[in-house]
Amino acid sequence: MTPANLRRAVGLTLLVSLLAGCSGGGEDLAGPASGARELAVGGVSGEELAEVQVLHVGNGAEPGSIDPHRAEGVPSSNIQRDLFEGLVNEAPNGDLIPGAAESWEISDDGLTYTFNLRRDARWSNGDSVLADDWVYSLRRSLDPMTMSRYTFILNPIRNAESIAAGQMPITELGVRAIDDYTLEIQLEGPTPYFLGLLTHSASYAVHQPSVEAYGDQHTRPGNLVSNGAFQLEDWVVQSHMKLVRNPQYWDNGNTILDEVWYYATEDQTAELRRYRADELDMTSTVPTRQLAWARENLPDDLTIAPYLGSYYFGFNVTRPPFKDNPSLRRALALAIDRDIITRQVTGAGQLPSFGWVPPVNNYEGQKMPEADWTQAEREAQARRLYAEAGYSAENPLRTEIIYNTQEDHRRLALAIAAMWKQVLGVEAGILNQEWKVFLDTRRQKIDTQIYRGGWIGDYNDAFTFAELMLTTSGLNDTGYSNAEYDALLQEASMEGDLARRAELLQQAEAILLEDLPILPIYYYVTSKLVKPWVGGYESNIMDHHRSKNFYILRH
Amino acid sequence: MLRYSLRRFLGAIPTLLILIALAFFMIRLAPGGPFDAERALLPEIEANLRAAYHLDEPLPMQFVRYLGNLARADFGPSFQYRDYTVTELIMTGFPVSLRLGGSAMVVALLFGISAGSLAALRQNTRTDYTVMSLSMTGISIPNFVMAPLLILLFAVYLGWLPAGGLGEGSWRNMVLPVISLALPQIAYVARLTRGSMIEVLRSPFIRTAKAQGLPMYKILIRHALKPALLPVVSYLGPATAAVITGSVVIEQIFGVPGLGRFFVQGALNRDYTLVMGVVVFYGVLIIVFNFLVDLAYAWLDPKVKYG
Repeated sequence: MTPANLRRAVGLTLLVSLLAGCSGGGEDLAGPASGARELAVGGVSGEELAEVQVLHVGNGAEPGSIDPHRAEGVPSSNIQRDLFEGLVNEAPNGDLIPGAAESWEISDDGLTYTFNLRRDARWSNGDSVLADDWVYSLRRSLDPMTMSRYTFILNPIRNAESIAAGQMPITELGVRAIDDYTLEIQLEGPTPYFLGLLTHSASYAVHQPSVEAYGDQHTRPGNLVSNGAFQLEDWVVQSHMKLVRNPQYWDNGNTILDEVWYYATEDQTAELRRYRADELDMTSTVPTRQLAWARENLPDDLTIAPYLGSYYFGFNVTRPPFKDNPSLRRALALAIDRDIITRQVTGAGQLPSFGWVPPVNNYEGQKMPEADWTQAEREAQARRLYAEAGYSAENPLRTEIIYNTQEDHRRLALAIAAMWKQVLGVEAGILNQEWKVFLDTRRQKIDTQIYRGGWIGDYNDAFTFAELMLTTSGLNDTGYSNAEYDALLQEASMEGDLARRAELLQQAEAILLEDLPILPIYYYVTSKLVKPWVGGYESNIMDHHRSKNFYILRH
Repeated sequence: MLRYSLRRFLGAIPTLLILIALAFFMIRLAPGGPFDAERALLPEIEANLRAAYHLDEPLPMQFVRYLGNLARADFGPSFQYRDYTVTELIMTGFPVSLRLGGSAMVVALLFGISAGSLAALRQNTRTDYTVMSLSMTGISIPNFVMAPLLILLFAVYLGWLPAGGLGEGSWRNMVLPVISLALPQIAYVARLTRGSMIEVLRSPFIRTAKAQGLPMYKILIRHALKPALLPVVSYLGPATAAVITGSVVIEQIFGVPGLGRFFVQGALNRDYTLVMGVVVFYGVLIIVFNFLVDLAYAWLDPKVKYG
């Protein structure tokens, strides 16, 4: 064993004992991850660490930007989680753990958060990460001149919304440095999920001198100064990004990987082939049509896990036939057999959904009352409601489903149109549109009758789904507007009591499922392939992973 | 010669201007804009974005501004790849496409001309039929079928070559994409060469050469090849321009960061500046290659004179 390997092995052992120590208190913490780690250094020769600690990751599309305050999209977030560290971090299972802040206090009214920053936290150039860096960064993230898409993530911070809208100077933001290592954040209202927001890239810190020196080019290799476990070494657009260990990172002693390569892999089948040729250790996804093959041939590599997303059809409720016609909407919602859809059409183990909010923290998901019925009962009820809405075999509903051009969406739309035809006699056409055209059509609410929709939560809380259906939401393309629903959400966002707040949001979801401006279909899963020699991988509902938790086993 | 070149150069300017204008206004006609996403932007931020990219100005003014920047060889910032300018993106994508496409064209010429000549010499024999049916197969199998097959065989099952990516710029990463790109080109070139070679071989000056007792390979190389290549050369101009500016299909399948992918991603994202940049770049290349082809004509065919 070379000295470097020895160091890693020792680091790993320390980590294991640390985890074991943590789990001493409660059984639930000693999950599969810590078990796997102990096994990894269990002394069996086949389970030692590999000499070369380099990870190759298929990462989907090329990120548009890796400036945390300008970036958008999953591929970019994945890379940023390695390059940057928020005040709060996530454990492999998704639990919130201290990040750049080693601890924090929350005032009794839930409005003031005081973060104690790590004294040993450093930027990749060796500068200390100070409270002023966080003040600068949070202001920059909200500054309208930064042109961030994700300012809403920081909306709970005092004055954030007005600042993002350009109605208030950025210095009015409720964030201040008490001293070099103490940061105070004031909120508008108690926000139980606030700590979770601090793992989002919109809340990451950027290195002020580099941003000021390099401007738009501060994210280039050689320019980028970051505070995460890895730093950027190389970036070839549309090909790959190479990240190497950041020796300045406060927890560098526990980082095992030396390099992480992220590859732009838009083409899913191409990604799969590169995985099979052992050029990738992990894929971003598995093409739906290859799932059966993967189950058969790579059962140990295939990882399927629940994902914080809801797949639905939206009804345009501002125009006929769906305007003021809840019985018709309900009839269509009941006429589809979600079991067949999730088993035969999507096939990855998606959960049939009768509600809007997928399983999230501190929340009891609501369901349409018909969820517990048999499919035959649902179909009988669907026929009754369809007739009630004034339709019949002689006078069938003629409608159209629009979706963005993609094979999986097409197959699902076809299946649903066929079910409607069979159960109710509905004549539904399907129409695909290229993504930007599709968004435009949806937003105009003129030609649209039924559209495909999918929403992946931004943070692990019911609110990220609930807010979509607000009258004012920039995502509400159904045109749904219910004053009672809006009021419940407003009340919930000011409610400090967790149980009471959950209750309000659940009431809102129940109203939504009564009105049904959306037709729930399934809750997402992630499916990816992970080589058996990648250690430390654990699925979580947000599908957030950090390479500092991974290691390569000898193989 | 010089006057001819100058005339061609001046003639290219209006062509390019029309191309730029058409592309500029057509991409603006496409529904949706560069900043559209599922979640609508805050109005304030959208206004700032539009101002930053001068999208708030009237369209004709934007066009004039674009032409002005172009005159200074400035293609502007990319809308989608916000950390890069279009010039930088073209300069990262083009060398890759050039290396890939250039190698593919060289391979295509070498194999295509040899195979075509061979088939012409052995006209209506088994060799001829074999070469021609192989090239027919090459033309009819699209490369989105051929490339994955090659990858499965050589990368996944045999493990001899990488399945994709650039690696560290190694030649091994180039082999499969170059073959996939070259195969249909070999086929075209072979068929073109065969056709015109048969015609040339029947002409009187070849008969004279034969009658004088020259060996066949000398006749072929010294006398027949040059005139037989004329149709190949006229095919070569646009084909080379197309191949070296990147094949989207091949780049996607092999995960190679060439110009073609930027073009398609740019169009899908309504990245106006990126699409325009690639169109202008492509347009200039086509014009240059057509010019080179015409010059090559003068060299190959004594009947052609430019003055």
